[in-house]
Amino acid sequence: MAEGGQITYLEAIRQAMWDELEGDERVFLIGQDIGTYGGAFRATAGMLERFGPERVIDTPISESAMVGCAVGAAMMGLLPVVEMQFIDFISCAFNQIVNFAAPNHYRWGQSVPLVVRGPSGGGVRGSAYHSQNPESYFQHTPGLKIVAPGTVADAYGLLRAAIHDPNPVLYFEHKFLYRRVKDELPAGGVQVPLGKARLARAGRDLSVFTYGAMLHVALEAAGRLEADGIDLEVLDLRTLKPLDEDAILASVEKTSRALVLTEEQRTGSVAGEVAARIAEHAFPWLDGPVTRLCCPDTPVPYSPTLEDAYLPNVDKLVAKVRELASF
Amino acid sequence: MAKLGKSWGPLHPPAEDTTERLAKTDLPRERQLELYRFLKLNRMTEERLGNLYRQNKVVGGLYSSRGQEATSVGSAYALEPQDFVGPLIRNLGAILVRGVKPREIMMQYMARSDSPTGGKDGNTHFGDMARGLVAPISMLGALIPVMAGVALAGKKLGRNLVALTYIGDGGTSTGDFHEGLNLASVLHVPFVLIAENNGWAYSTPTAKQMRVKSIAGRASSYGIPGETVDGNDVLAVYEATKRAVDRARSGGGPSLIEARTFRMKGHAEHDDAGYVPKEQFEEWKAKDPIDRFERHLLNGLATEEELRRIAAAIDEELNAEVDRALASPFPPPERALENVYAEGVI
Repeated sequence: MAEGGQITYLEAIRQAMWDELEGDERVFLIGQDIGTYGGAFRATAGMLERFGPERVIDTPISESAMVGCAVGAAMMGLLPVVEMQFIDFISCAFNQIVNFAAPNHYRWGQSVPLVVRGPSGGGVRGSAYHSQNPESYFQHTPGLKIVAPGTVADAYGLLRAAIHDPNPVLYFEHKFLYRRVKDELPAGGVQVPLGKARLARAGRDLSVFTYGAMLHVALEAAGRLEADGIDLEVLDLRTLKPLDEDAILASVEKTSRALVLTEEQRTGSVAGEVAARIAEHAFPWLDGPVTRLCCPDTPVPYSPTLEDAYLPNVDKLVAKVRELASF
Repeated sequence: MAKLGKSWGPLHPPAEDTTERLAKTDLPRERQLELYRFLKLNRMTEERLGNLYRQNKVVGGLYSSRGQEATSVGSAYALEPQDFVGPLIRNLGAILVRGVKPREIMMQYMARSDSPTGGKDGNTHFGDMARGLVAPISMLGALIPVMAGVALAGKKLGRNLVALTYIGDGGTSTGDFHEGLNLASVLHVPFVLIAENNGWAYSTPTAKQMRVKSIAGRASSYGIPGETVDGNDVLAVYEATKRAVDRARSGGGPSLIEARTFRMKGHAEHDDAGYVPKEQFEEWKAKDPIDRFERHLLNGLATEEELRRIAAAIDEELNAEVDRALASPFPPPERALENVYAEGVI
């Protein structure tokens, strides 16, 4: 990485792991094809050569055992980072995450400083098993933390903070952003605290709550809506669990209109939880219905025409915003 | 469908008359008497738990290891202080060997405030990494990869430790059994898995879990040593585990030990085990691990009076343990919301 130059979102993820491996001998990586091959998306390229097979561990195709093994090591005081080759495969480790890692601190006081990370999200024609957004499966589980960065700085800073959080953290990076988002990384290896939303764009008329790739959809829509005289506020949630409820409610109090934009199937989604909290706690300030723009309740389709119909985009968001702004 | 012989399947053929001949050991008399003390402590603690259950003091279910004490005690006794154990629900003997106090288990079952989990969880579902103890969960097999990870960390940290956990005949049917044992083998970590074949997984006999005749034979699938041992012979279990533990500690990788034993009660206290043929209970009653070990000790290592004194001392200890456990109140309701997350930065 050139000092002071722009790097991609993917490079930021790689840099965060690299800096952790350099700086903290407790940190190690475990996953499939992360060593010799450097990861399916090259997130761990060069790490085996630099840090050796004791700290960059290739495993069999056993997601449950990968996570279970990392949990055991985390309880011993190490700081494992598990890579899911695609985050869709996290379902194969569901039991280890929701029944072992998550409730251990509550049940018997044992912290599990674990990170499970991997590429989530659609828009790359990955079809049903290489495009998922599984956050809502885990949003329900006490004891977990969930982050989903949308920027270079957050991709780097949230991963470093996640590694040093004493709880199991699921880090859902968005593969659509890997090489499309570029920015300068703040100097000094800045960590981004978990649990804090970020005001991505201040506005007066309507608040959009979002994260990940949809953050960029919201920002583009905001530019387009400016011409219509609609001033969007965009709050990048970036930590999905625990939600930054204060920031969400403060924004609603300011704009009186709330739209939740996420790339999940609608039913039982994180968007539903955000909407429910607004409805519960911000009702007196609302000038219109709490609105959601999510994916429909279907699996992720493959063909470009189908996936484009499935995913939220700028046009769909602009239409929803106009509808809500008319209240 | 092919007939598998008796309903409980080929893993439990009629008992051979090996009752009086226990495995050879170099353990001195004093340590054998200590093993005896743990066997009795295991059984007598469970008898006290049975009393508390009948007095409605136990909040949830009660799980018994009656008949399987030698497997838990003998295996855990082969470990060193720096080693780690992940017990299952019937491995009360293993955690007693590791230094857990009977009152801790009683308070767990009675959901009291001073239990190791403060009333958050019950039975053997507690752990303490400082004491080398990992808390189990109800989903069987899950501890296998977890303990492989403990072993991996032990290796990375240079702590010269071995991690040991248990699985039942039923639990071998889970995905984590395969994934965990395979990963442990590939990573070549110091790990020992004791498969307790007690004939029944709740109401399902071993023959309905698998068509192979040997769980230990499955070790060959993972390229690791497998050994079958008489699970009701505490010396045999100890010796086999010691071999596996020593091998693991010296860099020889994981092992699988199948201990053949029998669950002498139902799945839990509510279950009368009416589905288990009576002759099986009779057969295995004659092979009771504590009776067998007593006969072994009385054959020149100890007197009846000595054994009686050991039991009497345990009885007295348990009186005090029950009193202390009962003295603990239920946890304050506000604790229900505490400690979901660990705080701070690591």
